Amino acid sequence: MDSAEKSFLTAKARQLRDDAIESIGTFGVGHIGGVMSVMDALTVIYYSKAKNLDPADPRKPDRDRIVMSKGHAGPAMYAVLADLGYFPKEWLKTLNLNGTSLPSHCDMNKTPGIDMTAGSLGQGLSAAVGMALGAKLNGDPITVYCFIGDGESQEGQIWEASMFAGSHKLDNLIVLLDYNKMQLDGPVSAINDIAPVEAKWEAFGFFVQSVDGHDVEAIADAIDRAKTSGKANMIVLNTIKGKGASFAEAAANCHSMTITEDMWRKETGRLKP
Amino acid sequence: MEEGNGEVETMTDDREIRQTLAAALVKAATEDDRIVVLDADLMSCHATKCFKEAFPDRFINVGIAEQNMIGVAAGLATMGKIPVAYSFAPFATRRCYDQIFISVAYSGLNVKIIGSEPGVAAEANGGTHMPFEDMAIMRAIPHMVCFEPTDATMMEKAVPKILAYDGAVYVRMFRKKAEKVYDDSLQFELGKAYRLVEGKDVTLVASGIMVARALEAAKTLADSHGVSARVVNACTWKPLDRDELVSAAKETGAIVTCENHNVFGGLGSAVAELVSAHCPVPIEMVGVKDEFGQVGKNAYLSEVYGITAADIVSAALRAVERKR
Repeated sequence: MDSAEKSFLTAKARQLRDDAIESIGTFGVGHIGGVMSVMDALTVIYYSKAKNLDPADPRKPDRDRIVMSKGHAGPAMYAVLADLGYFPKEWLKTLNLNGTSLPSHCDMNKTPGIDMTAGSLGQGLSAAVGMALGAKLNGDPITVYCFIGDGESQEGQIWEASMFAGSHKLDNLIVLLDYNKMQLDGPVSAINDIAPVEAKWEAFGFFVQSVDGHDVEAIADAIDRAKTSGKANMIVLNTIKGKGASFAEAAANCHSMTITEDMWRKETGRLKP
Repeated sequence: MEEGNGEVETMTDDREIRQTLAAALVKAATEDDRIVVLDADLMSCHATKCFKEAFPDRFINVGIAEQNMIGVAAGLATMGKIPVAYSFAPFATRRCYDQIFISVAYSGLNVKIIGSEPGVAAEANGGTHMPFEDMAIMRAIPHMVCFEPTDATMMEKAVPKILAYDGAVYVRMFRKKAEKVYDDSLQFELGKAYRLVEGKDVTLVASGIMVARALEAAKTLADSHGVSARVVNACTWKPLDRDELVSAAKETGAIVTCENHNVFGGLGSAVAELVSAHCPVPIEMVGVKDEFGQVGKNAYLSEVYGITAADIVSAALRAVERKR
């Protein structure tokens, strides 16, 4: 990755964080922690790696698929999709309002650009596996990206899906684990530890890479390596819950937080018009 | 169609429903490469080996992992495939209910689900495998079509209609040789109920293995009790055929529902919901009364749970009495 692209992606991720903070802050409460922690990887995929995305044709058949299985990170997806022009940026102010097209959890039938409905944890990965399998059956050379959470990895369905993907060598599947180490009720390690994640996914037949989930270059390089691995792929994103929202990083638990107008304006530097 | 004489005689079919379904899927898949079949380690119970042999890439055995099977089916549907996912009925519904609810139905995806060995048909597999609630829970999912074939001919005729329907469908399938009710003249439509015997005193509304029992009951009612019983096969539980069932209520004034299923949430409930809104009449429900399954032969279990032809006759006499 050249320095210009790295600067662009880093700045873009910062802007998207601000858009998401403003969106959640405008509603007043939301899943800020897991939205912030995936933003760098999401930026790398949407602005550098994913192929054949077309905001004017959100269901273009030959597009790469991007599934947010940790569906509560919907507001991260919406910041990206609005920025790319899938829908007007004004929609970000309608998050979770009555009749909105932007519900807290991803909904493929409400939001242009969302490839799979998610929110009941564990289910998006199985769907992503089905997409990867379907792409192979159709002879489509597409890549399926799927974000899962660390708390979500406590769901049995994650391991049913990973066993199948590993067993069938779905090398067009790249799963990204947002390993921010925290879930709603506290540290993942204290509640029901998923460690050692690298060894677990390797044992399930995956090509596993572990990277700094806030280093856009490291994430991009890992995706490049994944594409030639010949196996189903796991990229462990070592992340910080709430990364880039100082009030969230400072909070004891930022899974879901109340965000006042003062908080989001101070954080984003976006002053009252 | 003669009135109240129960002239539709049935005998055991020479074809198994599972073989008929598998063969029909092979035929359909030959013409439509979108069709894929998924199974969860029950291929030998579902006779789907013929599909695997014809289309090895399009037969996906996910192993014993029904939740993943439904999720994979949903993902395949987003890629333009028409997935048909099989398991025993409790594992095709209860075991993966949230996956069906969210990844298939709420997501608006076109997935067909086949649940085999309904109710007492599970026989020696017993209470763990004996679903008396599958249609109740599937019926509670918005827009889910719920269908129970009566015999091999109906299954065969239903396959193209189910595949052509753009949406989620649950098929509650008796696997083996059923009592044969239909011949090749059947014009099948999803959502249509079929009047098998004309009658004016009461209507027996049945489904699945209960259709043949309702026919037998209608004959007994005519021969021994002077009661003219109409018989309607409500093979599609959802959406119910409103015109046929409201007509039954208006024209015969009493209804007996007959199901190999819990009456709570099942066919009896569905018919009562419909009829009470349009033409309230006495309804008696022949079905399992809030009980779990157990091992045993179909005939034995049918007596235990009160779903024999004799139980239908008794219920019909009660229903007719309540009209007075």
